[in-house]
Amino acid sequence: MSDQFLFSLISGIFIGGAAGFLGSLMLTKRMALVGDALGHVALPGMGLALLLGLNVSLGAFIFLLLGIFLIWLFEIRTSLPTEALVGIVFVASLAAGFLIVPEPELLEALFGDISMVSLGMSIASAIFSIFIFLAVGRIYPSMILAGISSDLAKSEGIKVKRQDFIYLLAIAAMVALGVKIVGALLVGALMIVPAAAARNISKTLKGYYIGSIIFGILSCISGILLFKFIGLPAGPMIILVSTIFFLVSLIFKK
Amino acid sequence: MEKGIVLKVENLNVKLEKEVILENLSFEVAEGEVLTILGPNGAGKTALLKTLLGLFPFEGKIEWMAGVKTSYVPQRLPFIKDIPMSVEEFFKLKNISESKAKNILNSIGLKEDILEKRVGYLSSGQFQRILIGWALVSNPQVLLFDEPTTGIDIGGQESVYNLLEKLQKERNLTILLVTHDLSIVYKLATRCLCLNKKMLCYSIPKELSSQQLSQLYGEEVKFYQHNHHE
Repeated sequence: MSDQFLFSLISGIFIGGAAGFLGSLMLTKRMALVGDALGHVALPGMGLALLLGLNVSLGAFIFLLLGIFLIWLFEIRTSLPTEALVGIVFVASLAAGFLIVPEPELLEALFGDISMVSLGMSIASAIFSIFIFLAVGRIYPSMILAGISSDLAKSEGIKVKRQDFIYLLAIAAMVALGVKIVGALLVGALMIVPAAAARNISKTLKGYYIGSIIFGILSCISGILLFKFIGLPAGPMIILVSTIFFLVSLIFKK
Repeated sequence: MEKGIVLKVENLNVKLEKEVILENLSFEVAEGEVLTILGPNGAGKTALLKTLLGLFPFEGKIEWMAGVKTSYVPQRLPFIKDIPMSVEEFFKLKNISESKAKNILNSIGLKEDILEKRVGYLSSGQFQRILIGWALVSNPQVLLFDEPTTGIDIGGQESVYNLLEKLQKERNLTILLVTHDLSIVYKLATRCLCLNKKMLCYSIPKELSSQQLSQLYGEEVKFYQHNHHE
């Protein structure tokens, strides 16, 4: 087993698990497309990082913070629904990203490239994923409550806005990690599809988030193995495997 | 604030997006009272509860007794069906011990085996009991109860009010109850507030005049009058 393969596997396991975990909240908060939108927002940042020879995830993360800030700013300035604002920021980023990302790297920026994962990247993936688990795990019950009813959550003294902000930061970190593996276009699916599959087959909250984590991990491992042994691109394969989990889950739907 | 007064509201005005929702309300609620809030659809009843809970911005004065604990029973929670969650897990969102959860189930008249059931699959009557039980977890002195207007069969509704009456006595709760149902007002309420953006009456139920009611509900009220007078 080559080091390179091991590194990508470690990154995949941590990133897949954390992505599934975050995705489980995304569905209950009815914000399934946020991950997708932020994936696009990351693109110009990735392009700049490639041009300057910096870490792609770092470039992505900086642009994600900028994107979140812009959406928040527009939200205060207009009465348009957040969805519309997210839509504007995300298509603008895609267009700008397409211009900025150097052409040889464009495909890997859009669909990911697991073959270049370094030791540093796999350590960073593990650390950030654990951090995401800890931070979001702490607010998980009250996030669920806010997903049921933000009024009820507020009446229980939960600071809903602050939690949403922490959650959004966690998504931004997740996207910055995930773009390395599945690319800007597919990183949203990395979070949503495993959670959707788990929701179909679970009866309890615990079953639901554990299922999301497991489907996320299994999808990433399978995609990376398919890349290693058959040579199919890992990013799209990860998403296709998770889609198969979703289709199978429909059969067992509870 | 005077002794025994749980809530004092003075000149309360609520505007949302420049639309007047509540205008110039003043009233007070004493300990152990059951205040029903009556009014037609869109009168601002739910908005009043939410304002009292601090969820809406307002002008005027809302003063709660120092240290008083309130709990809210919302009208309905449509999104809860989307989340796979057992009744036990729903209670655990509040960090409650198992024995306390069982204790509460007991006092809302449900059996322990309901803990295993998925919240989204409960009948509307069971779900409403669970919501009331959930609100009781923090041992509130005041319950703000928003009556669901649809989806609960008459039998289910009847027993929910019996339950409220029982809990009110057991725990000496003060209850603010939003309702459409005038029969509840006569049965349960110690005081009632008629609302249609402005306060149209504020009295003990016996003194509710038919004139006040027709002012509140328009035509609809004739139906109610037959039920409750003579």
